[in-house]
Amino acid sequence: MEELRIMFSPEFFRSILLPALIGGLAVTICASLLGVTLVLKKYSMIGDGLSHIGYGALSVAAVMNLAPLKVALPVVVIAAFILLRLSENSRLSGDSGIALFSTTALSVGILVSSKAGLTNDVSHYMFGSILAMSRRDVVLSIVLSLAVIAAFVILYDRIFSVTFDESFAQATGVRVKRYSMIFAVLTAVTVVLGMMMMGSLLISSLIVIPTLTAMRVCRSFKGVVLVSGTVSAVSFLIGMFSALLLNTAPGASVVIVNVIFFLVFSLAGRLRR
Amino acid sequence: MKKLLECEKIAASYDGTGVIEGLSFSVGEGDYLCILGENGSGKSTLVKCLLGIKQLDSGKITMGQGLRQTDIGYLPQHIDLKKGFPATVYEVVISGCLGRRGLRPFYNAKEKALAKSAMERLGIADLAEKSCRELSGGQQQRMFLARAMCAAKKLILLDEPVTGLDPAATGEMYALINELNKKDGMTIIMVTHDIMRSLNYADHILCLCSSRESFFGTAEEYADSHLAAAMMGGGA
Repeated sequence: MEELRIMFSPEFFRSILLPALIGGLAVTICASLLGVTLVLKKYSMIGDGLSHIGYGALSVAAVMNLAPLKVALPVVVIAAFILLRLSENSRLSGDSGIALFSTTALSVGILVSSKAGLTNDVSHYMFGSILAMSRRDVVLSIVLSLAVIAAFVILYDRIFSVTFDESFAQATGVRVKRYSMIFAVLTAVTVVLGMMMMGSLLISSLIVIPTLTAMRVCRSFKGVVLVSGTVSAVSFLIGMFSALLLNTAPGASVVIVNVIFFLVFSLAGRLRR
Repeated sequence: MKKLLECEKIAASYDGTGVIEGLSFSVGEGDYLCILGENGSGKSTLVKCLLGIKQLDSGKITMGQGLRQTDIGYLPQHIDLKKGFPATVYEVVISGCLGRRGLRPFYNAKEKALAKSAMERLGIADLAEKSCRELSGGQQQRMFLARAMCAAKKLILLDEPVTGLDPAATGEMYALINELNKKDGMTIIMVTHDIMRSLNYADHILCLCSSRESFFGTAEEYADSHLAAAMMGGGA
């Protein structure tokens, strides 16, 4: 009861909970929108790989006393280019390439931070710390998320075309390479923001699960996009509040709510058939 | 006859090996050209060159009558929809309008009407809201043909449009394509293995026999040449 009282005290609400909720909502919606294309193009593992690389970059930044985002963002953007290339060219087949890159970065991050005795700080990035985000990070998350959502809306039809049939898109004059670059940047930004909140271990679930959930019941691409965005937003809110009430880890709670939605939608989809 | 497209001594290669060398042919407005050739003879490479996806090593492709490469309605070779991609027939068909839309972020009423009329023309208007993974093979190809019609101003390029279709659906597909050519005046370029039907419907044939040898001429000339006999089974 004491906790409940603190949680709903105006002070806590205004200075910590509200910014975290807004920032978190924005990032979860981004993740689920981009997830539609990543899942349908069989790039699900890229989100996972990027988050591990982001973890490595953030740890190195923390040890060197640099601003974490300024280091992590460019590193992850570059990594996203490389991973998308790997998946396309596939001489070293995509998923093993991603595993190679991401575990290397993860190990570097762990080594560097344990050597410097920063395990506590850095474990924030492993498991996320949505309630411990600084005001600046929250503002940045909101601005970047809005940019991602705006880009997604403006490029929506091109994203559909490239996702559905690359060679046709190319023939109608869509510069497919350029779009996969833009896409890599959007994904990288979302992953870095997401891992600060949900942790590098869990961010890829926010990318993958809402799309899988939506695909259980929707026939159209637009339907999948809308449902996946909505489901992820609702899951986020339910997850966050139950985490506060039950005193559980916020990131993990959000993921579990997402999984529950997935199971319910799977059942619904099966019953409808 | 007004020329729509002309290839002059074009050459293209993959990883340094020449796939097409010194190939010349032209397509007039309203023509029906079939491109024949064995697997690996460079048909798919030629298609990519025509669409401007692949760079030429030498030679040139000229377009006439105000045609641009992005105005070609393309029906790609065998698209695998078994992945369970969620998309309605309408969503797929209207994506053909992307090229003519330019930088505008949304489709306008004219483009929506075009998609609708293409679906009506091919008899799939009632399937518009169906998911494309629920379609039969023939319906799927009609959907892709409708999408190509949305993209096409004058020319449709089909890469083996009947692969995997049963005989009835194959016949319907050929009939539809023929109608588009004869009734609607659409210029057709089709890559195919089916020599008999090519000779029936097409007025011109381009045969890529090997990277160095090729035939280009009217369907009658091709039928009289030794090449047709050889391809139909050892000089029958």
